[in-house]
Amino acid sequence: MNGDEACCEGALAVGCRFFAGYPITPATEIAEAMSRRLPQLGGIYIQMEDEIASMAAILGASWGGVKSMTSTSGPGFSLMMENIGLGICTETPCVVCNVQRAGPSTGLPTAAGQGDMMQARWGSHGHYEIIALSPSSPQEMFDMTIRAFNLSEYYRLPVIILADEVVGHMNERVIIPREDDIEIINRRKPTVSREDYLPYEADADGISPMANCGDGYRIHVTGLTHDERGYPAMNAKAQEQMVTRLVGKIRNNRDKIISTKNFYLDDAEVVVVSYGISARSSMKAVRDARAEGIKAGLIKLETIWPFPEELIRSIAPQAKAMIMAELNGGQMVLEMERCVGGACPVSLVGNYGGAILHPNLILGAISKAARGKT
Amino acid sequence: MTTSKPVKNIPSHPMDSLLRTERIPHIWCPGCGIGTVFSAVIAAIKNTGWDPNSIAMVSGIGCTGRMAGYIKLDSFHTTHGRSLPFATGLKLARPQTKVIVVSGDGDLFAIGGNHFIHAARRNMDMTVICVNNLNYGMTGGQQAPSTPLGAKTTTSVSGSPEEPFNFSYLASACGATYVARWTAMQVRSLRSSISEALEKRGFSFVEVITPCPSSFGRRNRMGSALEMLKFYHGRSVIRGDIDPKDAAMDIDKEIVVGKFVDIERPTFLDHYEKFNRPQMPQWRSMHPDNQKGR
Repeated sequence: MNGDEACCEGALAVGCRFFAGYPITPATEIAEAMSRRLPQLGGIYIQMEDEIASMAAILGASWGGVKSMTSTSGPGFSLMMENIGLGICTETPCVVCNVQRAGPSTGLPTAAGQGDMMQARWGSHGHYEIIALSPSSPQEMFDMTIRAFNLSEYYRLPVIILADEVVGHMNERVIIPREDDIEIINRRKPTVSREDYLPYEADADGISPMANCGDGYRIHVTGLTHDERGYPAMNAKAQEQMVTRLVGKIRNNRDKIISTKNFYLDDAEVVVVSYGISARSSMKAVRDARAEGIKAGLIKLETIWPFPEELIRSIAPQAKAMIMAELNGGQMVLEMERCVGGACPVSLVGNYGGAILHPNLILGAISKAARGKT
Repeated sequence: MTTSKPVKNIPSHPMDSLLRTERIPHIWCPGCGIGTVFSAVIAAIKNTGWDPNSIAMVSGIGCTGRMAGYIKLDSFHTTHGRSLPFATGLKLARPQTKVIVVSGDGDLFAIGGNHFIHAARRNMDMTVICVNNLNYGMTGGQQAPSTPLGAKTTTSVSGSPEEPFNFSYLASACGATYVARWTAMQVRSLRSSISEALEKRGFSFVEVITPCPSSFGRRNRMGSALEMLKFYHGRSVIRGDIDPKDAAMDIDKEIVVGKFVDIERPTFLDHYEKFNRPQMPQWRSMHPDNQKGR
């Protein structure tokens, strides 16, 4: 199956029973698959009037107690930013899959891009932390959609899947595990009475138990800055408390969230860092470099956000050079530069989207770096 | 956390069971019509006899949007204009919940206009109460899609150059199964219309023309809140049998009020179940209570 269909199957396997979306290339196949599959499982597919409405609808469905998701590409992702912010502020579990194409604006609808990395991080207004994953294959579309739901249910926020056109449309074998072998995490429910329940009072790990609509707790949910009761609190102290917790629940748990796959790192002199489809080009380049006797290694980012700061910081002093390979003009390379902090030279192999990176392009950069030139 | 001192020895009000009394006093201006609509909504809810745990209120942004913060139901104060798509998701995830959307004219018909059209077209089973105060109150009185031609607001100091929408006509044209309009003075009719709308299956809509004395009234020299109430009431003509397209909404001539639409039409879920019946198992299977996991 293709990556988009694998995303749908992963979502269904982890218990997603509500999808609201709007057609957009190259993510349409997720909506199409959902529209076929959800009724079979008693779920709801609804095609909304736009992506703003799609995002709003999945938040509403999540408060109704049903795991929900939407999918889109760049132009729709832009429209979703407003209600992604609402989801973060109200701590609403849900999943957004952005099958990226090349931008800006309408750009290249049918060609891959990885230009929405920073938009995923900072696209909604205000200060917050986000979780974003990046799959490189249809199998990872399946696996990471499951992980995205589990993370969103546990940490109570919209989790973003940053796929791309090639991964979405690529057909590969996907192994679907037996039902019992799939880990499913559901949101924490309150155990106290209605009188004693404070909807935004956190447990020790920073996460608050969530009462759904209809559970009898008669909750109030607002995008205004709110206190533990969920009531609007219009002052700097409440803002400090609320945002500190929203940020803290991700930052303080980043070791549990961050995931990378590391290849040939032990003796690597030139370290390539990449993600999504570009990580596959990078893998080929690193293997070719090894064949040429160059000590090259690869860090494949499975989580984009939070960024693996500690890993990059610890690798940099031992490396001769580090390279970021990505389909944009240099986005994650900025984050890497920040973490490397001058400990080794950092360079970018990228384009503005439209075609994937040829491994030889990355191989050339590795060879150059190995010779001490960047 | 806000600290409000508990007030002692005040007898409880009959509506207290549905109010977040710890949040009173509210933020609305003296003379604002929202309070009238709010108590009509609460009275109508009580009238249904429904279990309060089976009712949810969803609102957008603005003065009316704050209603959701004062009612003791599951209540959701969402983003500007997005109450209807949020409510759509909530309703479809929990069809057994009665969903009430309350919002202002700007929220529902300017920034949220497209959502309104489509929620009505789909015949989403919910009740929408629109508090129409003819301007944007929360931000200090700017021109809205309801502002009468020539009326003064902070963004139309020489008079609004735009012709306003007729919301009730729009709602009926989009497929609403129940449409009524009243002024805030006609409390009994308003209350019974909201009751009917709540009991109505499908997308029901009630529009209330309310005074905004602090902004709209002041800039258009309409006098006190009471004078505004009387003015709107004086302009109103009850015409229940009228074609919604002729239900004029013109504060200079006449405000046609009454129940304009009361029809039956299958809802989104009726159609969804019908077309997907061969493969649909029970509704409840979609709920996490029936799924595995820790």
